[in-house]
Parts: sequence; structure tokens; C-alpha cells
Amino acid sequence: MFDFGKWTSAFNSLLLGTGMPDWAAVLIECVIIAVLVLATYTVLALFYILYERKLCAWFQCRLGPMRVGKWGLLQVFADMFKILIKELICLKGTDRFLFKLAPYIVITSSVTMLACLPWGNGLQIIDWNIGIFFILAVSSVGVLGILLAGWASNNKYTLIGAMRSGAQMISYELSLGISLMTICVFAGTMNISELVAEQESAWFLFRGHIPAIIAFIIYVIAATAETNRGPFDLPEAEHELTAGYHTEYSGIHFGFFYLAEYLNLFIVSGIATLMFLGGWMPLHIPGWEAFNHVMDFIPSVVWFLAKAFFISFVIIWFKWTFPRVRIDQMLAFEWKYLMPFSLVNLILMAVFVALGWHF
Amino acid sequence: MGIDKIKSMKREDFKDNEYIDKLVDELNATGANVVVGKMDELINWGISNSLWPLCFGTSCCAIEFMSLGAARYDMARFGFEVARNSPRQADYVMVQGTIVHRMAPVMRRLYEQLAEPKYVIACGGCAVSGGPFKNSYCVVPGVDQILPVDVYIPGCPPRPEAMFYGLMQLQRKIKVQKFFGGANRKEKIEEFFAEHPEERGEIG
Amino acid sequence: MSDIKEIIGKICPEATFEDGECLLVSVPEKKWYPLAKSLKENKDLDFDVLSAVVGMDWKETIGVVYYFTSTSHNWGMLAVKVEAESRDDAYIHSVSDLWKVANFQEREVYDMFGIKFVNHPDMRRFFLRNDWVGHPLRKDYDANPELNPIRLEDEINEDDSRVFVENAEGKIVEEPRKVFEKDEYVVNIGPQHPSTHGVMRFRASLDGEIVKKVDVVSGYIHRGIEKLTEGMTYPQILHFTDRMDYMSAHQNRHCLCMCIEKALGLEIPKRAQVIRTMMDELMRISSHLLSFGCTAMDLGATTAFFYGFREREMVLDIFEKTCGARMSMNYNVIGGVIADLHPDFVKDVKHLIEIMPERLKEYHKVFSGNLIAKNRLKGVGMLSKEDAVNYAITGPSGRGSNWSCDCRKKHPYAAYGEVEFDEILLDGCDSYSRYMVRMKEIEQSCRILEQLVDRIPEGEIRAQVPKIVKLPAGRWYQQVEASRGTFGVYIESTGEKTPYRVHFQSPCFNLVGVMDLTCSGYMIADLITIGAALDFVIPDIDR
Repeated sequence: MFDFGKWTSAFNSLLLGTGMPDWAAVLIECVIIAVLVLATYTVLALFYILYERKLCAWFQCRLGPMRVGKWGLLQVFADMFKILIKELICLKGTDRFLFKLAPYIVITSSVTMLACLPWGNGLQIIDWNIGIFFILAVSSVGVLGILLAGWASNNKYTLIGAMRSGAQMISYELSLGISLMTICVFAGTMNISELVAEQESAWFLFRGHIPAIIAFIIYVIAATAETNRGPFDLPEAEHELTAGYHTEYSGIHFGFFYLAEYLNLFIVSGIATLMFLGGWMPLHIPGWEAFNHVMDFIPSVVWFLAKAFFISFVIIWFKWTFPRVRIDQMLAFEWKYLMPFSLVNLILMAVFVALGWHF
Repeated sequence: MGIDKIKSMKREDFKDNEYIDKLVDELNATGANVVVGKMDELINWGISNSLWPLCFGTSCCAIEFMSLGAARYDMARFGFEVARNSPRQADYVMVQGTIVHRMAPVMRRLYEQLAEPKYVIACGGCAVSGGPFKNSYCVVPGVDQILPVDVYIPGCPPRPEAMFYGLMQLQRKIKVQKFFGGANRKEKIEEFFAEHPEERGEIG
Repeated sequence: MSDIKEIIGKICPEATFEDGECLLVSVPEKKWYPLAKSLKENKDLDFDVLSAVVGMDWKETIGVVYYFTSTSHNWGMLAVKVEAESRDDAYIHSVSDLWKVANFQEREVYDMFGIKFVNHPDMRRFFLRNDWVGHPLRKDYDANPELNPIRLEDEINEDDSRVFVENAEGKIVEEPRKVFEKDEYVVNIGPQHPSTHGVMRFRASLDGEIVKKVDVVSGYIHRGIEKLTEGMTYPQILHFTDRMDYMSAHQNRHCLCMCIEKALGLEIPKRAQVIRTMMDELMRISSHLLSFGCTAMDLGATTAFFYGFREREMVLDIFEKTCGARMSMNYNVIGGVIADLHPDFVKDVKHLIEIMPERLKEYHKVFSGNLIAKNRLKGVGMLSKEDAVNYAITGPSGRGSNWSCDCRKKHPYAAYGEVEFDEILLDGCDSYSRYMVRMKEIEQSCRILEQLVDRIPEGEIRAQVPKIVKLPAGRWYQQVEASRGTFGVYIESTGEKTPYRVHFQSPCFNLVGVMDLTCSGYMIADLITIGAALDFVIPDIDR
């Protein structure tokens, strides 16, 4: 497998070789990384918007965007230009500071999460021993932005949307966290690069037996809820609350919510890839040497993206198939079924690990 | 010219070319900077290809609008399918159906809630002129009495094809507008509101 | 008939009787409320359904004509005419405590005629703005546009209501009431809202997510059709019916044509009858498919909506070939239909019947078979049979509450007497039953089409109709089963070529009346599904 680490360390020694102090090299690297992350963020978000629009068109026997550019590829760029020049409306009677702050909180939290994902062999920005824990912590900041948006808009719909969102995200964070912890128990680490390295022989989903499969299913459900997507799209609930917490946002402020929604979809898929599907590791089947060798030729970035897009496909499929649940049903589902289940599953996993019942 | 750049539609396929030519002449009367002109073209390309409608319909035309979104006509092909329920995020409002006296202030307010740049399409006989209900005591005879209308689509209700034609005409109109300087659309809107003042009441 | 006369004569000796299409009882205003009470509560009479409330202005006097039917016996309709004592300060006792359906109906009459109903709990205008000057359907209404210009300011004092009560001296006094208290969390749903299916406005008072009370504010698409008809000839008024409930265009127009034909005494050719029946059923299929799609979409299952529309396009193609339009077909005319069937009609209908059962299974798989959809619809929006009768909820919504109210079975018209079909009755009384009734009615409509499609008789498509249609003096009331329930047309004629008064009794008007009853105590998300399952069309409410 090609190691991108070679490139990055070569670049680092190049910078240091010019005789600049350490801090300057780090600063330059930070700036470059920030630019790269933001660029990736935008491109991915635009890709995801088109991806979902095309997919939902196919589910619905339609064609989807196809007239702007070849196969509608330029559609999202048209949307972007438009949304950039749209008027920003700030209402009377709103808390202006919080109103303007909210979209930035949402987008910052999702950019930070994006920065933590391992993109490929050696392509990782920060790698520390609490990687997964950090991602979970940052993801909880996003809900703050949504709550602020709903509160600061001074609108009854947005307030209901924000309250729903608060209740929903805080509840589902529990099963999300516990299902990830199940895997951490299995792997014995929270370090992202070690998690990936552990899965070289086989992915956790296969290695971890029944508890890993249960954890995966719980994770996908909870992640759907975390990203406010159907059937758990209650905070937006178009047909109940017009546009939920971002009803009053226009122009690029709305654009931030819109982008963050799609990027969060990628991020939760990325985490699922990392924790269950081996991160950027190619598909290896023990014993099939020739097959494994062929798989190794596919670049690690492609593996990561392909797996993430697949998980996103499943989540998008949910959205366009299922009706929306009601708030009480949603909370009952979490607190009465999902949470106890994942707790039991955690214990089950601990038992499996202790007794060594795994591959 | 931007107006002829509608995919698979020739200039001859459109009616009312004189109107749009006149509009172009008016807009170009003051001349335009090349760089600004290019910027305008890019932005207009963006706006015209990403017209997000506001979900708004009062009667039969709204059902045809739903057909427009459904699989056979599929307005998603043009990138128009992201129907927004919140006026803040929509680009144009297609007035589908009769506007009556009780609805008029709501309609006006909806229009004011739309974020610039915003467009209005009067869709169907009722929105164009009051249609069969023109003589009624409480029907607004044409939505142009209260809003500045960009495109009129006749019909009762118009077929989805007619709606596409109207939307393409709107695209043509957008493609010649000037976002930077020149005879700005916004000035036109302000003129309209100067002619149709609103008696402001208590906001409830 | 003589039985009714005897019983009513005993209760109210002042009543006078007039035989016509149905028995018309005239009572003085003072005796009206006691009579109404016995009509409802006397077991021999038992008129428990208030079918229509028609406000009337007879120039000298002003009043109301009530139409009653009964679920327990088959006496047919009974009309009661009540005149107010004074024209300018008109009062009539409200019967909204006996028949709940009268609540909104009387508000409409107040709005249009200015008749104030004593003891009515909420005497506000229904369709027109609070600051509207005059009552448009009165014959002395001043239509000067300067009195009522297009007002662009908001309405104020929306929470102010009033009641008229009789005080101890028998004088009628006005008392103010509040719709909502000051500290209630009132959310405004509509008039521009994706799930109100048009420009309906509900003001819902919430306790957290739970709806405490719903106040229906209507009139955002009130186009004054009833007033417009008074200035037009009979053939001219036909096109309004297509634009009221545009999803029951054929049935509504069928009803109006039948009412005029009944008054003229016309015999309709057999071929026209069969064509009308088939068109009605096709319209019903199209309407129920739209309803399926919208219900699915309101619940967030967007894909199902597209599947429903896919089949609806097939029905629209059939309409387009024969009638020349996808919507607002303008097909029925007085005496028959306007054009003969397209040569492809039989083939297309057969194709539709063939694929429909498959597709219905697919819908069930995609949407209603889903656990989430079932949980959202079952046990939500309960409406007992008694309430359905009391609120006169007809059509699929009434049949979902196990009330047998199908006009096609009760008084077969057109070719319905010759075909076999089942009246779908479910006893769930909830949103799911209403939804399922619609799905099953599509099957029944296919069954009717199947029986008729090969038996369309040859012959004329239109009866000979005089060039100028003049109805004899009198009043007629006709009902048909539209897609959403019993649609009624009331025509009063003085022998002119224009009607004196036309009233459309639309099923959706009653449907929206139960919103408060069905939504209270449920969540705000349920309000949307209840509305979707009741499936009202707003222009049909507002007319």
C-alpha cells in the first residue's frame, strides 16, 4: 500500500531544510492543511448534494438534474453561485449576534470532525490516543448551533425545531457513543490509526462476531438520527415545521446548514467506515492471497471514500423510503429499545473479548 | 447573447422575443464593463439554473405544479426541484391560483419575506387576471395588482409543459439582467412599490 | 310523509307544510329551536344528519333552509325553512349544540347574510376579513369596490369572538369571548404551509408538542362563487364546479347538471349516463391516488408520492384524450356530455384496470405496510361513528368511522343502480381506516369500470336541451357521492334564466369542522397526518 506519510514527512523536512524555525514550519503546514480541509469540505459537500439528488431521482423513477452541464454535473455549482449572492436577511426582534453565530458553530463542528478522519495510509491530520472520543465530543457541539439557531430566530417553528433537535441529538448520542465504545472495547484502543491498523487482517464487522454486527446496526440507526435525516428528520420536518430550525435563515447562512447537513452524512459514514469497515484498509479475505494482492493495488483513499459513499447510500436510501417518525415514538425508540440494547451489547462484547470468542 | 443559451430551445421556439430584445437594449443603454459583464454572466448563469420555488399554491394550478415535480415531467432535470417551504430560501414564487382579498396581505408579506434576487410568476388565469372569478367581490383581478410579476403563464390550469415554457422564459429574463450596476432590477421593484403603496397596519 | 306532518304538527302547531321535491316545513323563528330539538331527539323523527344549511334572502325576509336526513329510517329529506323576524337585525336560534356540523355552517350564513345566531359559541366571520363591510349574498349588498378595497394590512383582533345570548328579559345581548387566552402558545399553521394542502390556516394552541385546541381560519381562497352564479345563466355556471373541488371535478359537475336536469325534467340518454358514471369513477381513482401521494408525503415518505402520481398520470391521459384537458375538464353539460368518447378510451381504461391491483400492492409495500407509517396512522385522530354523523362527515372519512353514507348505494343515480360494488366500511375510526377506505375504494372503482367498460351502450350522448335554459320557479336539492363525500347542490329559481340562489354543500367544509375535535390531545405531527387522512381540498371549503 502506498504510504502518504512519505510525502508529508518529505514536505516537512523540505520546510525545515530551508532553515526556518520549527514553529514557522508548523504554521505553514497548518495553513496548508486548513486550506486543503476547507477545499475538500466544499467539494465533498457539493458532490454529496448532487449524489443525493441523483439517487433520490432514481428511487423515484425520475432523471434528476441533467440539463446543467453534462449529466447535470454543474448543477451544484449553479446552486452555489446563487446561494452565495442571495440576500442575507436579519430579522427584527432576533438576537442578532447569536442568530449570525449559529451557522458558524454548526459548520465549524462539522469541519473539525472532518479533519479527524483518516483518509488513507498516512493521510491523517491529527493522530492522538483519544481520537474517537474527540470526534464524539466535537459532534456534540453541532447541536448547540442548532439550538441557538432555533432560539435566536424568534420564531415559533424554529423553536419547536430546535427543541426537537436538542432532545433527539442528545438522546441518540448515547447509543451512538455506546456502539462505538463496543468496538473500542474490542480493539482495546481509541487511537484512530491503531484502530485502522488492527483491521488489516479482517474488518471489525467480521472479526467482532455478533456484538459487532449489532453495534453496526445500532450505529447506523443512531447516525441517521444524529444527522437529522429521514426517518428522523424531525428538527426540519418540512411538512410540519416548514423548514425547522433554519426557517428564518437565507443566503449563505442557510447554505452553511445545508452543507453541514450533507457533510455530517459523510462524516458519520466515515466513522462507520473507520470503526466497522476497516477504514482505508482494502478488503482482505484470509487465505485468498491473490485476491488480497489485487485489492492492495487500489489506493487507500479510494477505499475509504468508496466505503463511506456506500454507507451514505444506505442512509440516503432510508430517507427516501421511510416515513417520518413522531417525536414521542422517536424518543421511546431510543430510550426503551436502542439504549438498553446497546448497553447489553457492550457487556456482551466485553464477555466475548474476555473469553476470546472472536477471530 | 445569454438569452439564446437555453439548452435544446432555439430562439425561434420562444414567443415574445421583441420584449426581451427591448429589455436587453434598455439594460445595455448605459454600456457595460467587460469584467463586470463576465461576472454578471456567471452569476446569472448560477441564478437561472438554480431557481428554487417556494411551495405555494392556492388551487388547481398547485396540483399541476405537483405533476410538474412528479416523474413524468420532472422539473428536477432543470435543477428546480429543491422546493423550499420557507420563503427565505426560495428564489421565486409561482402564484398558482386565485388570490382573494383575505390572501392579498399574506401574499404581499410572503413576497417581502423572499430573499433577493426574487421573481414572481403568475401562473394560471386566476393569477394573471382573476380568470373566471374576475367579477367576484373578493378576488384580486390579477396578482400584478399587488406584486411585480416577471412572467405570466396563461391556462386554466396551465399544462406542465406551459409551466416549463414560463420557467424558461424566466431563465431568459434572468440571463440578461445586470447584477452589478446598470439598470438594476431592484430599482424596478421599488418603482412598483411606489406605485402600489401599502397601508401599514399593526403587525399582529 | 303524512306521518312526519302529523308528528311535527303536534310539536309545533304553527308549522306550515309545502310538498315539493321533499317536504318543506316553515316554522316561525320563536318555535324553531324546540322543533329542532325534537327533530333530533324524538325517536319517531330521528333526523340525526344535518345535510345542508342554506342561507336565503327572499327580499322581503331573510332566513335559512335546513336539510335533514336520517340514518335510521328512509323518509328521505326534510327541509325546514326558518325566517328571521327582522331583516336588518336578523336573529335565529343556533342549532350548533344539537348538530355540531351547524357550527361552521352558521358562521358561513352569518358571514354571507348577516344573520346572527343566538347561543352560537363563536360568532365570527368565516370567509371574509374581520373588517369587511356588508354581507355579500344579501340582495341589497353594496358591491362598490371602494367600500372593500384590496387591503394590504393585516387583520387585527383575531382572538376576539363573541356570542349572542338571550338575557332574563328575553332581549338578545352580545357578550365578548376570547378564542385563545393571552398566555397560550399559539402556532400559526398556514395559510402558506406545505401540509395544509392549499391555503388553509389552523391556529393551534400547543402544550409542548401536544395540541390543545385548533382554531380554523378559512377564506383564503373564498372566491365568491355562489354570488357569481346569480349573475350567470345555467350553462355558464357549470364551469365553477370543476374549480371548486378540482379533484372531484366530474362528480361535482355531474351533480349540478343532475340538479338542473331534475328541475327541467330531462331524460338523459343511456350512453351519457354510463359515460358519466365511468368518468366519475376515474375521477375518484385519480383523487384517491393524489390523496395517497399527499398522505405519504406529509408523513415524509416522499417516494411513495411519486408512485401515486405515476398512475394518476395514466388517468389524466384518459381524461385528456376524451375531454381535452388534464384538469378542469368541463365535460358534463346539461343533458349529457359535451363530446363523445375517444376511440382509445376502452383500451386505456382496460389497461388501467389491469395494472391497478398490482400497483395497489406496491403502494402497500412502499408505504402503508411500513411499520412507521402504521404507527403514525393507527389510533390517531379518533372520530367515533356518533361524531361522524353529528358532524356530517361523509365520504371515505365517514366510512372509515363505520358510517354507511354512500350516496351511490342509498339513492343510486346515473348507472350506479346497474353495477355491483361494495361500500367499504371500516370500524377503526382512525386515520389509518380513512386511508385504507380510499385504497379499497380504488379497487371498487376499478370493479365498476370493469363492469361498464364493455357495456357502453350506443346512442346519443346528449339529450335535446332548449337553447335558453329556464328553470321553473321552485327549489331543488341534489346530492352525489364525490371523491371526498356527499356533494350537494341547492338551486332556487324564480323562473328566470339565471338562478335566484345556488348553494354548494361541499363535503370538505364539514371535514375541516372536525379538525378541533380530532386533533385535540394529539401531537402537532399528528395534526398533519389527521389533515392528510381527512384529505380536504381547500377551494372546496371556501368556494
